[in-house]
Amino acid sequence: MSDTLVDFDEVLTRYEPVIGLETHVELGTASKMFCGCSTTFGAEPNTQTCPVCLGLPGSLPVVNAAAIEATIRIGLALGCRIATWSRFARKNYFYPDIPKGFQTSQYDEPLCIAGHLDVEVDGETHRVEIERVHLEEDTGKNLHVGGATGRIHGASHSLVDFNRAGIPLVEIVTRPIPGTGAQAPEVAKAYVTELREILLALGVSEVRMEQGNLRCDVNTSLAPVGSLEWGTRTETKNVNSLRSVERSVRHEMRRQAAVLDAGQRVLQETRHFHEDSGSTSPGRSKEEATDYRYFPEPDLVPVAPDAEWVEKLTAELPELPGARRTRLQEEWGLSATEMSWLTGAGALGLVDATVAAGATPGDARKWWLGELARRANDAGVELAELAITPRQVAELTALVSAGTVNDQLARQALDGVLAGEGDPAQVVESRGLAVLGESDELVSAVEAAIAGAPDVVAKVQGGKVQALGALVGAVMKTTRGKADAATVRRMLEERVL
Amino acid sequence: MSDLTTLDAAELGRRLTAGELSSVELTRAYLDRITAADEVLGAYLHVDAEAALARAGEIDAARSAGDELGPLAGLPVALKDVFVTEGVPTTSGSKILEGWRPPYDATVAARLKDAGTVLLGKTNMDEFAMGSSTENSAYRPTRNPWDPDRIPGGSSGGSSAAVAGGLAPWALGTDTGGSIRQPAAVTGLVGHKPTYGAVSRYGLIAFSSSLDQAGPMARTVLDAAVLHEAIGGHDPRDSTSIDAPVPVVAKAAREGAHGDLAGLRVGVVRELGGDGHSDGYDAGVLARVRETVELLEGMGAEVREVSCPSFDLALPAYYLIAPSEASSNLARFDGMRFGLRAGDDGSHDLDEVMSLTREQGFGPEVKRRIILGTYALSAGYYEAYYGQAQKVRTLITRDFTAAFDGVDVLVSPTSPTVAWPIGARVDDPLAMYAADLCTLPASLAGLPAISVPCGLSDGLPVGFQVMAPALADDRCYRVAAAVEAALDTTRGHRLLDELPTRTAAA
Repeated sequence: MSDTLVDFDEVLTRYEPVIGLETHVELGTASKMFCGCSTTFGAEPNTQTCPVCLGLPGSLPVVNAAAIEATIRIGLALGCRIATWSRFARKNYFYPDIPKGFQTSQYDEPLCIAGHLDVEVDGETHRVEIERVHLEEDTGKNLHVGGATGRIHGASHSLVDFNRAGIPLVEIVTRPIPGTGAQAPEVAKAYVTELREILLALGVSEVRMEQGNLRCDVNTSLAPVGSLEWGTRTETKNVNSLRSVERSVRHEMRRQAAVLDAGQRVLQETRHFHEDSGSTSPGRSKEEATDYRYFPEPDLVPVAPDAEWVEKLTAELPELPGARRTRLQEEWGLSATEMSWLTGAGALGLVDATVAAGATPGDARKWWLGELARRANDAGVELAELAITPRQVAELTALVSAGTVNDQLARQALDGVLAGEGDPAQVVESRGLAVLGESDELVSAVEAAIAGAPDVVAKVQGGKVQALGALVGAVMKTTRGKADAATVRRMLEERVL
Repeated sequence: MSDLTTLDAAELGRRLTAGELSSVELTRAYLDRITAADEVLGAYLHVDAEAALARAGEIDAARSAGDELGPLAGLPVALKDVFVTEGVPTTSGSKILEGWRPPYDATVAARLKDAGTVLLGKTNMDEFAMGSSTENSAYRPTRNPWDPDRIPGGSSGGSSAAVAGGLAPWALGTDTGGSIRQPAAVTGLVGHKPTYGAVSRYGLIAFSSSLDQAGPMARTVLDAAVLHEAIGGHDPRDSTSIDAPVPVVAKAAREGAHGDLAGLRVGVVRELGGDGHSDGYDAGVLARVRETVELLEGMGAEVREVSCPSFDLALPAYYLIAPSEASSNLARFDGMRFGLRAGDDGSHDLDEVMSLTREQGFGPEVKRRIILGTYALSAGYYEAYYGQAQKVRTLITRDFTAAFDGVDVLVSPTSPTVAWPIGARVDDPLAMYAADLCTLPASLAGLPAISVPCGLSDGLPVGFQVMAPALADDRCYRVAAAVEAALDTTRGHRLLDELPTRTAAA
């Protein structure tokens, strides 16, 4: 049964969306949140476990200091206030993938409070308010055996893998984001994209969405245009790609509009997102909210980040993506549009690194957005996945500016680099791509061109100097593009005129 | 030669070190005593004689080989079944853990192992340490060696019965609201609850995390102190463990035995059996305590009465905090990973299997407390119950702080009554809870407190409680040792020597 959907543009004629995001990030710490077990992805089930992360009777948690530090750094990067006193709390509920019968999380005393993240969509900036950033532990993973699709439906039994149980998980919760209108789906996507960039810059997580390092719950609600109250929200769980974030908001807006148009009320519920169809289906109803009976975790002592330490962490933050964009745009003298091309193509970091390796900003942009973008596109890969480093691109531009190769030869050199033949200079050497000087080889090519086209020579000598181009072309052809056109023209002029 | 099973651990240790006694000989004496008496007493849930003798043999061999051994090497010990022991069945007195063999050792179990002690077995207890009589054990009741028709106290009643009855020279118990001190009191033993955080809780099956503390139960104050030092000290696996050196309490016990308490300021807590607060207290208990206070004065202590008004609220606060934490701590017993699993026959879904497991695996008192705690933590009730109880806890701590401004230690009865007849309170939970009236304040404040025998009432032992500021455990031992020495001298023998069943058995 598929839901009735309203055309997206039509939704906006009657309703205004409010969105909100809860993002879970698995930290890249070497060990788990409360024990020393490894966090490596993909190990044999239940090989990375111990009495603590299995919740065996008697075991006790000990906080991983690296996880606290990473969480504070995330909070600082998002402009949050860092709590001077923070506590873990138990979130009590029964499920086979939580070994203790509660998840150790944070409740009313999170580590980081009240920040924001500015995201840009089509040149317009939206400020996303961050309510809190807190630290908790991941759950195990249920594996359903015997069913057709690995889902619980139709399965004969279920197994639990506790390797993931206890991996530190940071939850970043936004405040409701109103006023985004038709851009709501893009704002949601841009927020997660920007957040991902920040996490990468901080180096706190690999942020690989396909491995579940970053998982989003997306809240969407609609209210009639002009209404003072917000509508009932749905929470779409585990939206695990950037594109899906956008699609899930779009779908929920269209579905909820149809529900409201029909005079019904939107149910407050969790919904599942389906990658294949881009649609959502109802999960557990939240009308009767689960009572998690939160209370302060008595097995752990409060975390009281020392002000000096927080100051030190603040000072040591790397340059964040937003600041870096502003700086580079200024340094390179680019317009906002030019800048958005660069970021849109995922080329900002590559260009920056290429400039750092000695290329001019103009050359670096030209290569990455031109020839390299074309090749990435042809191969169906991201720019960053091409088998060439920013340093190699810088070397290539240096060869061009030195006149060692011209643009056409440089493209051949690029072929060699991408084929794994080494650095550009090596490829130029091994493939013999260097521009010919006034060598014997070039002199004989020039003389052969003159001898082979007496009619053209006559024309030139008769005053039609532009006919010289045909002779230049002939020389370039015999030298297979390795000659410098200007040099050839000068040599021809010396001999013919 | 005296029966090995009546001597204190210090003397047994001396004989082992001197080569007058082998660990195998000693262990066998205790195992024989267990065989003879435990059918009646029910002190143990698990005894592995073969493993104990093998271990004793190893220690003897090491000693003959000239290995450097610690003072505890070769001494048998019993552990309350709440301590997780690698490869040795551990149940916490519950059917839900029947047959579970843990893959690891509790820190205190590992420390005793490293010290060369010989594990005799695991002692009976109220299920998940919830109770004051050991009648809540899911397996069997334990009887008091002073009178087999009476309870041995609880929840560490298996440990108290074992040590008093000569089935172990000493034992570890745990104390959440009085579970070391009260059973020690009603069996004529010394039992100490250390400062919260002074002894590792790692591997102690949690009842109420913010209150649970492991501690020694022994025949003498010195033995208790020596056992305390063996298990105490910082443990990086327990985040609430205090990062401080192992306390020097054995020295305090030795010094206290000289009986000079000049300058010591003693506060007698009015709210614990004093004027206007003596309802429910045995007259004999109050008399023995009064005599002991006079004894302290005789040894030079300055005694005054101290009022701690918030202590009256300790019982209700405790019965909100402990069940709340327990309701969460016991959530892991869901039949998924260890212990009992009920209803897994293909006809029940996941929630039903979890429910059936808990329905069948937990006893009535455990269920009562889980329900109580779940309610107290529920949205809408949290502030009124759990929140208020935490505030009471703060008030109690303030009362202690104020009192310790003027005195060095506080004293009271350990429990309002002597051991009661088995079955007398099983249908009246509130009467059962009242056994902990005097021990709860120190638990809620996380302070050290010791119970030392101070005589008999109606032929049954009475305990005298000494409470001290946090980390001043040494004061408890010093005062208790003075009381013990003075009373033993007056009496001409130890109180335990009056144990009638012992005389009959000898």
